[in-house]
Amino acid sequence: MAKYTLLINGQRFQTEADPDTPLLWVLRDNLGLTGTKFGCGIAQCGACTVHFNGEPTRACVLPVSAVGNNKITTIEGLSATGDHPVQKAWAAVDVPQCGYCQAGQIMTAAAFLKRNPKPTTEQIEEAMSGNLCRCGTYHRIREAIQLAAK
Amino acid sequence: MKTTSTSRRDFLKVAATVSGGLWLGFNWQTADANALPLTALDAAGLADAPHNFNSFISIGTDGLITIFSPNPEVGQGIKTAFPMVVADELDADWARVRVEQAPLDTKRFERQAAGGSQSLRHSWTRLRQAGATARQMLVETAAARWNVPASECTTDKAVVFHKASNRKVSYGELATDAAKRPVPTNVTLKTPKQFTIIGKNMPNVDNKEILTGKPIYGIDFYREGMLFAMVQRPPAFGLKLKSVDAAAAKAMPGVTDIVTLKNGVAVVGKNTWAVKKAREKLKVEWEKINPDAPLDSTEGFDRQFKELLDKPGTVRRKDGDPDAAFASAARIIKAEYQCPMLAHSPLEPMNFFAHVRPDGVELVGSTQTPERARNDVAKLLGVAPETVSVNMTRMGGGFGRRLQADFAVEAAEVSSLVKAPVKVIWTREDDMNGGSYRPACRYRFEAALDKDNNLIGYKLRGVGVNVANSTREDNFPAGAVPNLLIDSHDVKSPVTTWAWRAPITNFLAFAEQAFLDEVAAAAGKDPIQFRLDLFAKAKSSPTGAVKYEVDRMEAVTRLVAEKSNWGKNPSVKQGFSVYFSHNSYVAQVAEVVQKNGKPVLQKIHAAADCGVVVSRSGALQQMKGGVVDGLGHALYGKLTLKDGAAEQRNFDAFRLIRMNEVPDVEVYFVENEKDPSGLGEPALPPTGAAVANAMFKATGTRLYNQPFAEQPGSPWKQNM
Repeated sequence: MAKYTLLINGQRFQTEADPDTPLLWVLRDNLGLTGTKFGCGIAQCGACTVHFNGEPTRACVLPVSAVGNNKITTIEGLSATGDHPVQKAWAAVDVPQCGYCQAGQIMTAAAFLKRNPKPTTEQIEEAMSGNLCRCGTYHRIREAIQLAAK
Repeated sequence: MKTTSTSRRDFLKVAATVSGGLWLGFNWQTADANALPLTALDAAGLADAPHNFNSFISIGTDGLITIFSPNPEVGQGIKTAFPMVVADELDADWARVRVEQAPLDTKRFERQAAGGSQSLRHSWTRLRQAGATARQMLVETAAARWNVPASECTTDKAVVFHKASNRKVSYGELATDAAKRPVPTNVTLKTPKQFTIIGKNMPNVDNKEILTGKPIYGIDFYREGMLFAMVQRPPAFGLKLKSVDAAAAKAMPGVTDIVTLKNGVAVVGKNTWAVKKAREKLKVEWEKINPDAPLDSTEGFDRQFKELLDKPGTVRRKDGDPDAAFASAARIIKAEYQCPMLAHSPLEPMNFFAHVRPDGVELVGSTQTPERARNDVAKLLGVAPETVSVNMTRMGGGFGRRLQADFAVEAAEVSSLVKAPVKVIWTREDDMNGGSYRPACRYRFEAALDKDNNLIGYKLRGVGVNVANSTREDNFPAGAVPNLLIDSHDVKSPVTTWAWRAPITNFLAFAEQAFLDEVAAAAGKDPIQFRLDLFAKAKSSPTGAVKYEVDRMEAVTRLVAEKSNWGKNPSVKQGFSVYFSHNSYVAQVAEVVQKNGKPVLQKIHAAADCGVVVSRSGALQQMKGGVVDGLGHALYGKLTLKDGAAEQRNFDAFRLIRMNEVPDVEVYFVENEKDPSGLGEPALPPTGAAVANAMFKATGTRLYNQPFAEQPGSPWKQNM
């Protein structure tokens, strides 16, 4: 076990974990930040997507020891009151079915739109192709990203 | 340096609220628009408690209406749709309605389950009566206050009006008195034209919590002092536990207990990662349950399927004289279709919380059948079911997997052994190797045409793994063919199979509708006209029982033909499919165009008759999602077994469809006033055939087996 101080959602958290513990489980089990979801554990589904210095990153394969002083943002910290433009677009389009993948979808989309504020449909599909939605809400996700980009 | 654990405390507060059973839902609209109390604690602290009118409704003197939704929410949208029905008959103001998930309570509610697309169909009248009854009590209270006949009062948006005297009073002001009135027994329900909420686009009531990452799923559940567990289950079907050496695992940091279960070993500890790593250190020996039998493999099933299809099976339906019809046929068309097993793979892996105490058992988690979880746990522990409580969380998908209770029973078993609250978590690999698969099936079809290309004979023989009846013998074209024989075989195996979204029909629909396309082509008829002719026959001169409504089959067929401009554009290759399942009717047209010299699936039109559309936004997405699911698994879905073990254990090998692979999907509803049936499943079955039939028109190649991407000549081959 080792001690870590993590910068998450603009706050510092002290926690203890084995160095190889994926950030996902530190967030969920140690810090109670369960908005970041476990889906596959091998970076295939995107449900655990967080921002690592603003870049979309799979928390399920990122060891806590590799986080260092880098800034982590989770769905809980994307905006203080849940009104990030991407969250608002998701609500306006009524995207979720079961909703389990949506935190990861939103984190990917928010990072993508920051880099590319006026994306084409093809660019959206490419950027989002790493996030699985088992319910098949892909059409609405695309629509919500287009809405957020307006 | 500033250090804080605020978020942990918040988390615990929410979790404690959940466990206490007073678990309020959260209506974003309500919260934003009216700044109503948002948390359960606030609500519980209200000076004047809300008044319960019945199992579904309570109304506060502040006018806040709480509607309890009894059925589990698995992404089908029932937690939005059910309250919409109640609220409409109540004439509530939807913006001031708050929805709560009710726990399992067999005294207050019936059929608290999410399966078979049956929730709305089953509860439609009951929900309406609940709303109308409460409304009537409010109206009678107002009428008594004003000393006017109740029949002169009207209601709108939670207000009772007496227009003649220009008086009005809000439900909140009436709630205390109204809740004490005798419950009327003969209330009048609205006519569909009077609906004000039903049929509208009401957003998912949990959107705010979903989109901000609140702990609402089973896997998020936390209880102070709770332990985490992972279970080493048999690595292959047909094996049982022989011996365990847990010394190395027990020595791992964070591990508190290692306990042997009926057929597995649970590693229990302080967090998920600790128990996962410790589980890898277990040394477990397994042995065959039946030492003389080989462990099952997909290859073996394939061999048995082919052998059995040559032998007569259990007859499911026989009309006329099929053998004579085939003997007299001018032409016989034959084809065989096969599908692999599938994992359900809901994105939230299996998990469950259990706390077995001397005085009772508490279960919390993602389940499509809380009553089964309760009863199976009661049976395991030898306690009365009444001593077991079940709180249903929102589920991260189910697709049928959560109709089982194994994960809840296992959690209870672990908790009873370690005498502590425990949450058992499965990894994705545990889930994919854990069985309850969509059964692999193979079908043989034969059709007899007379010299005028009339369909005079039809035979279907099915075989599957652990599936009593792999056919649906009353499916169209049964009823429209004078001579028909449907029979089936079952292959028994230790490999567990189970209901997977649209059980059996998720593949059978493809086989039936692809085969009819082939028969239509052989008969030289347009695929839609061929079906319409058969519908006419089923209506005018039916053979045997007709278990589908022919008019509704025809209506969805004509609707999708019209909307897709069927057959009008020669550069768009179209394929058609129509299916009746789970009491709803869905017809689809898939369109393939040539792009850069390659056939590309561009669009799917989907028309549905599910009766009254209750929650329109949810229904639209349920249709699109069903099409995407049907397409994705038809293209890529495959779970194979070797020596009793799954060969695909995660999403790197078990391929799911991704955003860049979905075509446009356009949805149309037959607008009628029939009682609603479900939409959780019916959009899925027709998709595979519509796509395969369109691809045939574009390429000349028929697809017989799934996944399509692995078939010879398949344009999706490079994507696998």
